[in-house]
Formats: sequence, structure tokens, C-alpha cells
Amino acid sequence: MSALRILVPVKRVIDYAVKPRVNKAQTGVETAGVKHSMNPFDELSVEESVRIREKKSAPVEDICVISAGPPKAQDVLRTAMAMGADRGVHVEVKDGEELEPLAVAKMLRAAVDKEKSNLVILGKQSIDDDAAQTGQMLAGLLGWAQATQASAVKFEGDTVLVTKEVDGGAETVKAKLPMVITTDLRLNEPRYASLPNIMKAKKKPLVKMSLSDLGVANERRLKVVKVTEPAPRQGGGKVEDVDGLISKLKELGAI
Amino acid sequence: MATLGFWGVSPAAVGRMETLGKLPVEDMNELHLDLSVPLTVGTSLLDSIANRASAAPASTTITMSSIARALRPALRRSQTVMTRASAPSPRCQRICRPFNAPQQARCLSATPRRFSDMTEIPPTPISHLSETEAAMQEAVSKFANDVILPKVRDMDEAESMDPALVEQLFEQGLMGVEIPEEYGGAGMNFTAAIVGIEELARVDPSVSVMVDVHNTLVNTAILKWGSTDLKKRFLPALATNTVGSFCLSEPVSGSDAFALATKATKTADGYKISGSKMWITNSMEANFFIVFANLDPSKGYKGITAFIVEKDAKGFSIAKKEKKLGIKASSTCVLNFDDVEIPKDNLLGKEGEGYKYAIGLLNEGRIGIAAQMTGLALGAWENAVKYVWNDRKQFGQLVGEFQGMQHQIAQSYVEISAARALLYNAARKKEAGQDFVRDAAMAKLYSSQVAQRVSGLAIEWMGGMGFVREGLAEKYWRDSKIGAIYEGTSNIQLNTIAKLLQKEYTV
Ligand SMILES: Cc1cc2nc3c(=O)[nH]c(=O)nc-3n(C[C@H](O)[C@H](O)[C@H](O)COP(=O)(O)OP(=O)(O)OC[C@H]3O[C@@H](n4cnc5c(N)ncnc54)[C@H](O)[C@@H]3O)c2cc1C
Repeated sequence: MSALRILVPVKRVIDYAVKPRVNKAQTGVETAGVKHSMNPFDELSVEESVRIREKKSAPVEDICVISAGPPKAQDVLRTAMAMGADRGVHVEVKDGEELEPLAVAKMLRAAVDKEKSNLVILGKQSIDDDAAQTGQMLAGLLGWAQATQASAVKFEGDTVLVTKEVDGGAETVKAKLPMVITTDLRLNEPRYASLPNIMKAKKKPLVKMSLSDLGVANERRLKVVKVTEPAPRQGGGKVEDVDGLISKLKELGAI
Repeated sequence: MATLGFWGVSPAAVGRMETLGKLPVEDMNELHLDLSVPLTVGTSLLDSIANRASAAPASTTITMSSIARALRPALRRSQTVMTRASAPSPRCQRICRPFNAPQQARCLSATPRRFSDMTEIPPTPISHLSETEAAMQEAVSKFANDVILPKVRDMDEAESMDPALVEQLFEQGLMGVEIPEEYGGAGMNFTAAIVGIEELARVDPSVSVMVDVHNTLVNTAILKWGSTDLKKRFLPALATNTVGSFCLSEPVSGSDAFALATKATKTADGYKISGSKMWITNSMEANFFIVFANLDPSKGYKGITAFIVEKDAKGFSIAKKEKKLGIKASSTCVLNFDDVEIPKDNLLGKEGEGYKYAIGLLNEGRIGIAAQMTGLALGAWENAVKYVWNDRKQFGQLVGEFQGMQHQIAQSYVEISAARALLYNAARKKEAGQDFVRDAAMAKLYSSQVAQRVSGLAIEWMGGMGFVREGLAEKYWRDSKIGAIYEGTSNIQLNTIAKLLQKEYTV
């Protein structure tokens, strides 16, 4: 098989441990002064790519990470390079300017052409918008095979076996390269960037470009009408035993 | 000799050096500043002191008139200070120099200065981190919270460090922060190490001190004074799999560190070390020990020499592991050296220069302890405020919403921020090649005080939940106590600060 040229899209999002707050204007969530880090699903994609190389599951020629975002997006590119990616592409987008999944997919299609990628590994969703569309749209635009929500990736010559967890078991699909894989939480445990690798990442190439360099425009098709916090959870009640449970259910007219 | 500052050298040591090194008491005050000129000058500064001392007769009896003589300049000075606004005198201009004027004197630092001229560098907030330092902070914070935190309570109860964790610290590169890449380290700067030590202490001060001693004392000693051969032999191991210890204190010598009694003698092809060391951090985990011993007691502290002893050396043994109040997972042991023979290549630096190395290392090592303490304070504060601002309700509201609580919480945060400003200022001054001895002492003193105060209050904010061994509040408090003891007790820091101030304000 031909050596893999893996493209790994990564996104800078509000850190998963931070509780997001809706802004006053109810148009989105507060981002200023809030801790950001790499979308956790993207960490899985980077880790998987690096493992394919380390475990020699398949010959890997290049692992390129790409991120569209504000200048700070470079931080997640550096992190990805510290984890083992070879180089980074930063598609600069103004702070606060959002890309919809289709725009991202179009941008990635252009990047695939430019970088001669034959495998794209990306998170099944990013935890900010939870749209879970980009990977599928990209496969559609490229006309490539796709395997979503991977919990295991295995190489057999030119074919790739991808397992995903489904209700009550696992489902394995088989495809030939080139293809798109989206990652799910149980795929692997991403490594921590070690200090020597943080230093090495500083020396890895990072190129900057704009959407127009890739021949893409940020077309917006969706309009956010209003963003609100979910209603606070009503605390549940506690019952002592089964009898207590039954009488409570009766009381509520449930039985 | 308190001004020398290390695990703790007291004025009592002055007396000893006086007898051993033939130094008159009054000249000891000059020792500090004399040491702050470049060591590369080559001549022993202490020699020059001794020479001057023999030229001028040392007074051994103190008379009333000499006391009066000594007091008079002080009286004159206080007048000058009071009138300075109206009539600045040349002397006043010298004394009243700007608070933040850089002290240009080069002090004993174990790493080279980074800037020769800072006039062109625009000032930045002291909290500003370089890209590398910020990446370091994020990586260590994540590692500490995901990997170390789940083990903290168990390691404290078991009074031992999980060996798997030690291995992971090496894998992360945390044990070779400043070791150059060519030797398998991360090749980062001093402040990056400080950032790492602080982030670790936020989660576990025991793990933090292991990393601190290994990096700031052990690795730095080899980097700075090790021969190329020693560097090649040991740095790759220190960066990837071998924990190091720094062995200065002894049963007879704590604050008075240079009163150490461990002896070294020359043998046909090396040295023989006999004596014992006490309070040695990392002893249980370490395979590599930097040992200070006196090669020529007739020369007093100038006989003190640094050696490298490996754990498998015959005659080396761990005599006792201490049971402690805090930082229980960090091992602290008594070590015996029973005619331990080491090859001559295991001499670190030059014979008789060990005391200089110890001073230099501990001067900057204190910045590491300050970082351990600010990290601890921050960790204790965060642990408590998460509880009082999210979980615990009394009288129908979150307990953190009572003003009596809010003011304490705010006050504590201010103190932590002040301690961190001192810490990062000391670290940056050291990196810039400025004199940082007083800054390091101030940072260490104040951050250990803040750590103790804040972690104590944090227990109270949490009520009973702060007192039980279920959470970490009580542990932070126990751990905070050590900050006022090792690498020079609080009194010793105050001695250093006062001596340097007095020097500056003496005409
Ligand atoms: C957990 C732990 C880990 C340690 N790790 C190491 C290590 O790795 N390597 C190492 O070499 N050492 C280590 N030490 C030793 C540590 O540096 C000493 O304990 C410290 O220097 C104080 O010495 P001491 O315990 O003998 O106290 P002492 O010197 O006996 O001091 C007792 C009291 O007297 C006061 N005092 C002493 N002299 C003066 C003075 N001149 N003016 C005013 N007050 C004074 C002190 O401030 C203190 O309050 C460690 C100690 C502990 C507890």
C-alpha cells in the first residue's frame, strides 16, 4: 500500500472542565478569559495517528494537523505537534468569526488536495457546537469512504477495519483507502505532551494561511436565534426502601 | 554567615568559620557581597577577606566606646533619611536608590545569565509566561490532575511515593527540565522548572519537592560544575530514570550547615567518605547522591568538597526513614557512609569548593521551595472555594456567600498573588543574571507563611469537611509546615534579608 499521509483537523474549544456560561446577549457562550484547550475528540485523532506510526500498523509518511481559528488556535497545533504530529497548518480566522460544519468540510477538502492526504482522522464532534457533521460532509465532498465513531482502527494491507460501539455490541466496517475516520472516546487514551516534545514541537513547521488561500469562503447558512441555559435540574427525592418507593409512586399517581 | 543562605547557615557558623578559617567576626558581614562578584574571577573571595583580616587586628573585646562608635553613624543616618526630601545629599542618593533598581552585582547563580542588557526589553506583567512556559504549565497541570491527584491521598497514608508515578515523571520529562536535549532532557529554562514545581504542588507538594530537589539542586549541580565526563555519565540517567538526592544536612549541622562532620580522605585512586547525613529528601527513590564532606577539616569550611555517591557503593546505607507531619509521600532519611570508596572521577567540581556550590545551589533552590509553597497555597485555596461556592449551604445559602467568608477568601487570594509576584520576580531576576539572593529569600519566606495561613484558613472555611482525611484540605496544611524549615528556616531567611538590607543602607 502507499504510505499514509494523514490529515488531522483539530479545534480549540472551551476546556471540557469549564462550565460554559451563556453571554448576556444570548447569542452564544462567554469565551473571554475562559480556559481553552484542544477538543478532546481531536486529541484522540492525533493520538491514533501517532500510534499508527509508532506501532507500524501501516507506513506513515506524514501527519499534518490543521486548525481554523483565531491566532490562539496555534496553541492546539503546537500541542498536537508535541504529541507527535509532524507539522501544522493554521487557517487564520478572526476572533469570534465562526465556521459552520459545511465551511469546515469544504476547507478540509481543499487541504486534502493540497496536502495529498489519503486518510483524514477527525473527532466525531467538537464539544462546543456538538454538530457532529464535519466528517460525514467531508467524506461526501471528497467521494471517499467513511467510518464514523471509531473505537478501534486496524490495517490489513490496503483495507482498513474500523469498529464502532453500537447498542448491545460492536459493529465493524471495512473500507479501502483513501477514507475518512471519525473518532469516539474509547478509541485510545491520548498521551500528555512531554516536556522534551514540547520543545521539539517548537521547531516543527507551522504554516499560516487564510480561507481564501484554500479557495474557500465563510458562507453562513445558519442563524443563531437564541442561546439559553438548560433549566436547572430539579433535585430528586430519596426513599428508604421498596415500600417507600411504592408509596411514593402511588402518591405521584404513577402506579 | 546567615547571608550565605542555604539549607540554612546561621551566624553560629560564623563563629565556627572564625576559628577554622581564621576570620574575624566583623568581616563576616562582608562575606555575602564579596561572594556576589563573579566567581570566574578565580581568586578566592574568602582569601581576600582573610588577608585583609590579618592586616587589621581583630578586636576581641567589646568596649562601651566601641559600641558608641558603632551607634553614632546610625544616628547620623537617620537624620539624613529624614531630611532627604529637602536637601538630597550625595550619600542620600546612594542610600535611597529606587526600590526596584537592578542590583548589577553578579551573584552566585548556577546558570548563566540570559540578558546582558535589559534596557531595550519592554517591561511585561510579572505573570506573563513565554509560549514554552505556558505550554509547560498546561501539560503539567493536566498530568497532575489526571494522573497524580487520584493517588495523592493513598500515597500520603502509605507514606510512600508510588514507583509507577516516579517513572511517569521521567516519561513526562519533568525530571530533566533544564538538562539540554543532547543529554536527553527538555532543555527548558529555569522559570519553566519553577512553573512545573508550582503546578505539581497545587496537586501534591510531596511530588513537587521530589521534582524540585532533583531539578534545582541535583541536575543543576552537575550541569554547572560537572566535568564533561560526569555530564556524559550521569545526565542522561538523571533525565530519564535515576532520581537524585542532595546531601548536606547532618545530625550536628542543620542551619549551621558548614559545621558538617562527614569526612573525606584521599585514597590511591579516589576518595573514602565516612560519616552520616540526615533529613535527605528522595533517599528512598534515589540512586544518585551529591554528598558534601570535608576533605581537610584543618581548612574549616574551605575543606568542604562535593562528591557523587551511587547507591550501590559499598558502605552506603539508609539507616532510617523519618515519619513526618507532612509531605509524607516524600522520603526523608538518615544515611550512613561507612568508609564508602568512590573513584576519583566522582569528585564534583574542585576540591575545597563544595561550600561555594552549596551556597549557589541553595540560593536558587529557595525559589523552587517558594514555588512549592505558592502552588500549595493555590491548591488549598481552590479546593476550599470550590466547596464553599458550589456545594455547602447553611442558613439557606452557600456558605461562601457570607461576607465574613468572602473577605477571608479575598484576603487570602491577595496574599497568594503577592507571594507569586515575589516568586516570579526572583525567578526572572535570576534568569536575567541580576542579584536575586534577597529576592529568593523573600519569596521563600513569604510564600511559606502564606501557604501555612491560607491552608489553615481553608480548613476552617470547609468546617468539618476540611478536618477529615477524606479530602485534601488537612493535608495541604500539614504539608505547608515544611516550607518554613527546609532550604533555610524562616529565621535564616530573615537573617539573609536583614543582612543584605543593612549592607545596602550602611554608609
Ligand atoms: C522534610 C525535610 C527534608 C529535608 N531535605 C533535605 C535535603 O534533601 N538535603 C539536606 O541537606 N537537608 C535537608 N533537610 C534539612 C533542612 O535543611 C534542615 O532541617 C534545616 O536547614 C534546619 O536545620 P535543623 O533542622 O537542624 O534546625 P536547627 O538549625 O536546629 O534550627 C532550630 C531552630 O533554631 C533557629 N535558628 C538556628 N540558627 C539560627 C540563627 N542563626 N538565628 C535565628 N534562629 C536560628 C531555626 O530558625 C529553627 O527555628 C530537610 C529537612 C526536612 C525536615
